[in-house]
Amino acid sequence: MPDIRENMLNLAALGRRQDGRGLEDYREPISVEVGISRSAEGSALVKIGKTVVMAGVKLAVDKPYPDTPNEGSMMINVELLPLSNPKYESGPPSIKAVELARVIDRGIREAKAIDTKKLCIVPGEKCWMVIIDLISINDDGNLYDAAGLAAMAALDNAVFPKLKEGNIPDYKEKSNIPIPLTKNILPVTVFKVGQYLFVDPNQEEEEGYDGRLSVAVAADGNIAALQKGGEDTFTLEEIETMVDLAVQKAKFLREKLKSI
Amino acid sequence: MGLLVKEKEIVIPGEVVADGDAKPSYGTYKDGDKIYSAFLGLVETNEGYVKIIPLSGCYLPKVDDKIIGRVIDILMTGWRMDTNSAYSAVLSVKEFVTSRYGGREDDLSRLIAIGEYVYVRIIKVTSQNLIDLSTAEPGLGKLKGGRVITINSHKVPRVIGKKGSMVTLIKEKTGADIKVGQNGVIWLRAENPDAELKAEKAIRLIEEKAHTEGLTQTVEAFLQ
Amino acid sequence: MSYKRRCDGRGWDEIRPTEAKAGIIPNADGSAYFRMGNTAAYCAVYGPRELFPKFLQNPKTGIIRCHYNMLPFSGMGERIRPGGNRRAQEISLVMEKALSAVVDLSDFPNAVVDIYTDLPETDAGSRCVAINAAAMALADAGIPMKDMVSALAVGRVDDKIVVDLCYEEEAYEGGPVADIPIAVVHNTQEIALLQMDGEISKEELIRAIEMGRKAMEQVYEIQKKALKEKYQDA
Repeated sequence: MPDIRENMLNLAALGRRQDGRGLEDYREPISVEVGISRSAEGSALVKIGKTVVMAGVKLAVDKPYPDTPNEGSMMINVELLPLSNPKYESGPPSIKAVELARVIDRGIREAKAIDTKKLCIVPGEKCWMVIIDLISINDDGNLYDAAGLAAMAALDNAVFPKLKEGNIPDYKEKSNIPIPLTKNILPVTVFKVGQYLFVDPNQEEEEGYDGRLSVAVAADGNIAALQKGGEDTFTLEEIETMVDLAVQKAKFLREKLKSI
Repeated sequence: MGLLVKEKEIVIPGEVVADGDAKPSYGTYKDGDKIYSAFLGLVETNEGYVKIIPLSGCYLPKVDDKIIGRVIDILMTGWRMDTNSAYSAVLSVKEFVTSRYGGREDDLSRLIAIGEYVYVRIIKVTSQNLIDLSTAEPGLGKLKGGRVITINSHKVPRVIGKKGSMVTLIKEKTGADIKVGQNGVIWLRAENPDAELKAEKAIRLIEEKAHTEGLTQTVEAFLQ
Repeated sequence: MSYKRRCDGRGWDEIRPTEAKAGIIPNADGSAYFRMGNTAAYCAVYGPRELFPKFLQNPKTGIIRCHYNMLPFSGMGERIRPGGNRRAQEISLVMEKALSAVVDLSDFPNAVVDIYTDLPETDAGSRCVAINAAAMALADAGIPMKDMVSALAVGRVDDKIVVDLCYEEEAYEGGPVADIPIAVVHNTQEIALLQMDGEISKEELIRAIEMGRKAMEQVYEIQKKALKEKYQDA
């Protein structure tokens, strides 16, 4: 029987993949388009090969959390639309959607990529809440990297709505004030099959891997969040190699962001 | 006859394709004296008949079609298989040619496990699309190794070519072993991974360019 | 008072800038993108495929199921909480009825065709844009259809009959407004969707539908062109 994992292993031994790529190659083309939804305060459409992910940023005025009266907040939500792949169903977010949202959320949050102090409008009373919705349009694998890239591009594209009297946002009037970003964080997920490491799996390869490590990488090469997935275990040497590879690939993806 | 569009022209559902004494065939319907398309497809005429070759759409099981199915469940006396259509099918153990069956006590997953692919013939389709399968014919049976790809079933005739000429061309140029299911599921295997990839890409090319002229030359050029 | 000039400067019978593309979601059996003004929809069609739970199956024919969904950032105001609501359910239902008028699934007893429409941006006429995308996606999926369906809203803004209302017109406060989404089967010109909110006389209603049917021809041509273009590019 054509066993996906076995096929992947046989090819990986030759440094190859089923679609002809090398182990460390991303699919082509990779594209980032911003401003694709005028109703969002910021938006982006990212394509990696046939994978398509959309990000939309909405800004709401809310009450600050009691423990951080001088700060705004951030929320990330992922919708794995049934539109994007026959394996997804309508209904409450699956654990896959929750994990994906959490990994991207933690990367941006822990690196303090958004300066939440600057989201404060009236201390203890009003602040901005940044809500990023990440939407799969066509899931052909590696949603992690595509969604992370889309989140960053949409944040970068977003501007605040103007405030009406009483600090109520006027969504029809956009200001030209961007979201205060301090860092650029991109998650890169490195996958493992047998002893081999690779990046950017397509749908089929996502059926056959043993383990994965998502690494949220800042522009200076430091890491802000990690998430191990899959049932396989890693050696310390493997983790080192995986992080190195993630840092290198984050740099590559960051170039794609710059070109927009 | 009154063909109102060009031969091989692409039409959409509801488009008028002919009038007068033209006769409606597959993929069309007649209303008054006009013949309309019922699909997004290519117009083809033959001896006064007008038919539409759909450019997409799911496979509809037909008796005697050879297809590639994937085992999705194991039953008491056979296997339930996905047929890349709206309907699953049953391969009864009586219709599975093997010398390894140990009788009623035997565990069928020992013969074909869930997820494995089998090249089968459709032997029965009921009005409700209940489907029976068989491997009782040379060349049919379980598929080992290689890779399985899925294309649109309407493009299968182009992949096979006239009297099998297209698939023979790919086999010869790449050395790959290929089995093409009428349901659009294709199995291929070559010793050399580059050759296997090349064969897959050739099939993908045919799928993409199925509606264009000079397909054989295009594929030949690609395989050079 | 009188409504003198449309807020975006269009003619009374003129549709908003419209674009369409077929086959944009490779995983789907058929797909399309449709945009009118600031309202856009992605649509993916999956099937015919097995329908579960089994009690929903119809042994005489396959059925279609529509899933209309506004993405969380698609509203001009606050974020929309995902998960659907009664409005989305109702729109899904009327979409289903409009598309059923042309779809023939008699060869597919017990099966289902799922039609997912997700809107990244909405202004007005979102159900019509969703139907336009869905009709294209169904054709792209190779579903047997006797015809195409096209949709747009017609209506009344104060003393004027207009086609393809934008949000400002739906919310016009200088006089009575009627918003009438309609869908038309191309060859027979029969109406497959009809809803109305607001205030209008019977004579004006008929006049609005007639004006809508004429403008609909442009919507149909855009659908047709986009479906054919998918194969001409290749």
